[in-house]
Amino acid sequence: MLTEEQTKEILAEAAHFPHKQAASIEALRIVQRDHGWVSDEALEEIARLLEMTTAELDGVATFFNLIYRQPVGRHVILICNSVTCWLMGYPGLRDHLFSSLGIELGGTTQDGRFTLLPVVCLGDCDHAPAMMVGEDLHHDLTPEKINQILAQYT
Amino acid sequence: MEKVLTKNIRPGQPPVDQQAYEAADGYQAARKAITSMSPQDVQTVVKDSGLKGRGGAGFPTGPKWSFVPMGPNAPQPKYLVCNCDEMEPGTFKDRLLVENDPHQLIEGMILAAYAIEATIAYIFIRGEYVLASRLLSQAIADAKKAGYLGQNILGSPYSLELYLHPSAGRYICGEETALLNALEGKRAIPRSKPPFPQVSGLFGKPTIVNNVETLCNLPHIVNHGADWYKGLSDSQDAGTKLYAASGHVKRPGVWELPIGPTIRELLEEHAGGMADGYRFRGVMPGGASTDFLVEEHLDVRMDYGSVQAAGSRLGTGTMIVLDDKTCPVGMVHNLEQFFAQESCGWCTPCREGLPWLEKILFALENGDGRPGELEILAEHCKKLGPGNTYCALAPGAVEPLQSALKYFREDFERHLSERRCPWR
Repeated sequence: MLTEEQTKEILAEAAHFPHKQAASIEALRIVQRDHGWVSDEALEEIARLLEMTTAELDGVATFFNLIYRQPVGRHVILICNSVTCWLMGYPGLRDHLFSSLGIELGGTTQDGRFTLLPVVCLGDCDHAPAMMVGEDLHHDLTPEKINQILAQYT
Repeated sequence: MEKVLTKNIRPGQPPVDQQAYEAADGYQAARKAITSMSPQDVQTVVKDSGLKGRGGAGFPTGPKWSFVPMGPNAPQPKYLVCNCDEMEPGTFKDRLLVENDPHQLIEGMILAAYAIEATIAYIFIRGEYVLASRLLSQAIADAKKAGYLGQNILGSPYSLELYLHPSAGRYICGEETALLNALEGKRAIPRSKPPFPQVSGLFGKPTIVNNVETLCNLPHIVNHGADWYKGLSDSQDAGTKLYAASGHVKRPGVWELPIGPTIRELLEEHAGGMADGYRFRGVMPGGASTDFLVEEHLDVRMDYGSVQAAGSRLGTGTMIVLDDKTCPVGMVHNLEQFFAQESCGWCTPCREGLPWLEKILFALENGDGRPGELEILAEHCKKLGPGNTYCALAPGAVEPLQSALKYFREDFERHLSERRCPWR
């Protein structure tokens, strides 16, 4: 299941370290970049490549917030729920997302377009509230602005 | 005032590239150090400068480096790691530096690595900082092409490989030994200390982990000297610092200032005071894991010793402001929800205690608080304090709670007696 490209990329990363296991997080990121999430099959193959047990690697994969061990929508919305965003209006925006997308935190829209997840402080507090959609950072959010932003993501 | 860390940064301008950085005297310090100073010389100037760590703990940088074994018999390779895992809620200063002047960080890392005779360096950057990662990746490639990284830098015997390592989330990775475990590809659980990373760090080898802002100070210290650095501030501490404010203030933002402005100056002059319709009730001076300070503390200087004497910590110097329209119990609940979620789960007081605190605060916010629960909160503040847990996450988590119980006690008690949140 791991392509030759992916294997090469992972091993190139591993070459920066004295032990292959050190490339485990980057390996998970590479697979997720290409497939959106990390399946059990992908996990097993990466573990074999890096000479780890699958259990060890799953322990790493499930530890980190940004590694998804379930399928996600085409675009993952990460809405910040830390203290400054909370102060500046996160609860209202969260509720707006619930009603306009018809899902709650952790859910994926029926059309497979969006998965909605909370995220911790994005380091953009002077423009709170903030969120990421995929790799893009969006801030100074209002319900209207969120509608405009999400319309850009098919 | 003389801008140091942000001297190359102009608002609204693109990030400083290799050419622009060099035109602004960039990489002069690296050249000076590698061609005319010994590693010990670099350590000495940094020690004499009085630079303290800017990641939150404030440990003096020169002394931190001095525990690394040096010389031909020291274990090899030695490692220099940049902690760019900025995730403390309310903190957004390192992002400014890496997104706008990435070469400053690289030059700082070259100097720190040289000072401890490290030959391999990593930038551990949080996964969410996508733009910064791209810029740093490009900057590292450009610096290597220009001969500032790689084998035999500037024709000297010194070699340094620098790699970017994006992380995948989790606040605890900001704890330096947890970071090392994450770099090794493991769950980011902190390590027992001693041994300290200087002696046994990444892969068991001598390692220094420094914060982004700390490292960005180094080119300037090496270029201009310790006396110059000390002369930048008239406070107990040396140099300049990035300060910030967020919350319901008129102008949230980040500003470079000589160390030691008062809270009042930051709040009123730089942040423009409270937003219309809001009144000041309190502030966490250094991020989410620092004790609240209130009106009586507005003239406290934001240097390490003064904030500590006032009962809090300078931490990252990024202030989170509490206003009168926000419920302090709700705010503390949000904070403890964060800390409980981010606990790595390794040690019992943190793993069990923080969720318990979160549940009590949730109940209080919803009018379901029970008698005796405020006492349980207070007891946890003691039991999760320094020395009882494996790392500083839990002690940090209880700082906002213990200070909120002290300064906003009436608000907590109203939640109990009125069986509701008075702010709703």
